[in-house]
Amino acid sequence: MEVLVILVPLALGLGLVGLLGFLWSLKSGQYDDLEGAAWRAIADDEPSHETPPD
Amino acid sequence: MQATRDFSHYVRDLGSGLSHIDLAVEGVSCAGCMSKIERGLSAIPDVTLARVNLTDRRVALEWKQGALDPGRFIDRLAELGYKAYPFETVRAEAVEADNSRFLLRCLGVAAFATMNVMMLSIPVWSGSAGDMIPEQRDFFHWLSALIALPAAAYAGQPFFRSAFRALRTRNVNMDVPISIGVTLALAMSVVETLRHAEHTYFDAAIMLLTFLLVGRYLDQSMRLKTRAFAGNLAALKAETAIRLVGAGEISVVPVAAIRPGDIVLLRPGERCAVDGTVIEGRSEIDQSLITGETLYATAEHGSAVYAGSLNISGALRIRVSAASQGTLLAEITRLLDNALQARSRYVQLADRASRLYAPVVHATALLTIFGWVLIGASWHDAIVTGIAVLIITCPCALGLAIPTVQTVVSGAMFRAGVLLNSGDSIERLAEVDHIIFDKTGTLTLPELDVVNSASIPTEVFDLAGRLALASHHPVAAAVARAANAKSPLAGIVEQPGQGVRGVVDGEEVRLGRPSFCKADDLANEILSLDPEVSAVAFMRGEQRHVFAVRQRLRSDAQDVVCALQARGIAVEIVSGDREPAVRAAAQTLGISEWRAGVTPADKIARIEDLKRQGFKVMMVGDGLNDAPALAAAHVSMSPISAAHLSQATADLVFLGKPLAPVIAAIDFSRQALHLMRQNLWLAVGYNLLAVPIAISGVVTPLIAAAAMSGSSVLVMLNALRARRVAPRRS
Repeated sequence: MEVLVILVPLALGLGLVGLLGFLWSLKSGQYDDLEGAAWRAIADDEPSHETPPD
Repeated sequence: MQATRDFSHYVRDLGSGLSHIDLAVEGVSCAGCMSKIERGLSAIPDVTLARVNLTDRRVALEWKQGALDPGRFIDRLAELGYKAYPFETVRAEAVEADNSRFLLRCLGVAAFATMNVMMLSIPVWSGSAGDMIPEQRDFFHWLSALIALPAAAYAGQPFFRSAFRALRTRNVNMDVPISIGVTLALAMSVVETLRHAEHTYFDAAIMLLTFLLVGRYLDQSMRLKTRAFAGNLAALKAETAIRLVGAGEISVVPVAAIRPGDIVLLRPGERCAVDGTVIEGRSEIDQSLITGETLYATAEHGSAVYAGSLNISGALRIRVSAASQGTLLAEITRLLDNALQARSRYVQLADRASRLYAPVVHATALLTIFGWVLIGASWHDAIVTGIAVLIITCPCALGLAIPTVQTVVSGAMFRAGVLLNSGDSIERLAEVDHIIFDKTGTLTLPELDVVNSASIPTEVFDLAGRLALASHHPVAAAVARAANAKSPLAGIVEQPGQGVRGVVDGEEVRLGRPSFCKADDLANEILSLDPEVSAVAFMRGEQRHVFAVRQRLRSDAQDVVCALQARGIAVEIVSGDREPAVRAAAQTLGISEWRAGVTPADKIARIEDLKRQGFKVMMVGDGLNDAPALAAAHVSMSPISAAHLSQATADLVFLGKPLAPVIAAIDFSRQALHLMRQNLWLAVGYNLLAVPIAISGVVTPLIAAAAMSGSSVLVMLNALRARRVAPRRS
């Protein structure tokens, strides 16, 4: 059971990393436009290199 | 005089040589639009950022300072087929956005803590009977405390603050029992951990906060969505004024940039966007948006002009006034203040429930403690059982019962074209049994329309429409709109105060006053049938036609009135307009109760009178003169075309031309109230089952956690039913 001394802090540490990641993503505005983000993921390319489609 | 557009009011200087502007864009709905706009705008040199927000329907733009005029972005978007206008975040929306972000942060913290405490609790639940040694259990409890205490202190803030606010004003809301329950559960768990006891409730307390925060966050984000949408609508109205900057020099500026003392020019056919006094010029103005009166008033030197007035005939110069000082507006402001103060402090269903709930639960917990002591249990065991009662009754389901329904219903209303201004209006709306409609702009459409289009040949109508494009007169504009005219005719001359004329295929054509077109007989015939209309005559060679132009009733007004009456709601018209106009509308709609020529004060008096008779009155109105009545009524609604003050006062705002959203709003709110009550009963039923178990002292943390999540999920699922309202035919 000595392994708990390593495993429990490890688990909590990983959880904390997840929480900090979430807080960072929130702060950097990644939840401001959920609808747009969903579409951007499947957009073809960087906008600036192409001619506008008609 | 060449007008320049001046958007500098909206441009923010970011420092480092960059400027920023936010635009509200209409019609952005898909990924295609998003990339089209971003490509189109990025192609402009010196633009460093063009990013569409598809949720809020906005575009953020940044460019090298001084290199570009913001007007160019709007033109570019217009070329791409989108209407756009600069946007300024109003304070209310910024507050909602901050709130929403804070709740999400709390939710993140609470969810993290719940998951990790659960990771520690499950081994304790499953292992404490068998092979877990007490030292390990204590270690796990200490770790749980380490996670749960700071997390609850942070994530519980929304509840603690609200409870504290309520207590300070000697009130009880749902957050009071929630805060007490969570605090006591955590405190007891710490004490039990110190005593090396078997059961602690860190998991239950933090899970409770997580569930409640989910409900709060959903509620908040729905509210934010409504606000953002309303903000866009306001921005896209693109209210501008023509400001005189120097001798003969004018610039078109957004209304937000107009300061008191500025002089603005109001041309014929334009709607005034400011309050002020006429300093030069003479004209007729249509004040129907302000007073409900459809007859034109004369404006000349010294007359007060209010935002929302439509200028009909001549150009006016207006000095913008600092505060609303006109007699009418001052009177309305005074009435509005009184009505808002007197607005009976409506106690929301949730607060009424918690007023009953909190004393009962706390008394039960106390009785449990004393009961166990009397039977002979130790004080410690009795208190632990008493707190277990509080934990198990902690109003998880009760706290979710109402916000979840509100969220789902406001979403459904949003899709039906109804925006909620105040959250508790759903409950008040569901109780309505008497509706007072204003006539002008509410039962009728705000714009003028041609009512006799059926009796006019199509080719005449088309030609008249194209001719009408040459005039600024609102009545001509109505003809052009009704004819759906797009291409103006060449060589048309406007004769001020008379009409327009030109030559088509060698024949003279005229559109304007009946006398100008030599069609007085025809016009008189139409006027004698309906004295409300404005007659516009059309002449081509020997041909004569007369268009009857007036405000038309909303196309579905009659159906809506019937449907309302079928639901047992009394309908009545109270209007500031003249008697013949109101009587005609009432007769067409089959409304027997109507009042004409009513002042703002009399509107309130009528509402108070109905209130005394025990009716729950809804006021639907749009004019500035309706604003006090909107505030005085039990619940109120405005069309989106309403005056600013009225829109801000009304509880709900509906979009579009049909009146049907009124029915939809009532149906949804009734369904919502039904579900809220049902949810409260579900929560009560759960408590009736769970409390005896808690009193008997056999509750373990596992039972508490299971019961709490079970009841919460049940209530949330029930709330989802609010999306479906069976369409009722009258």
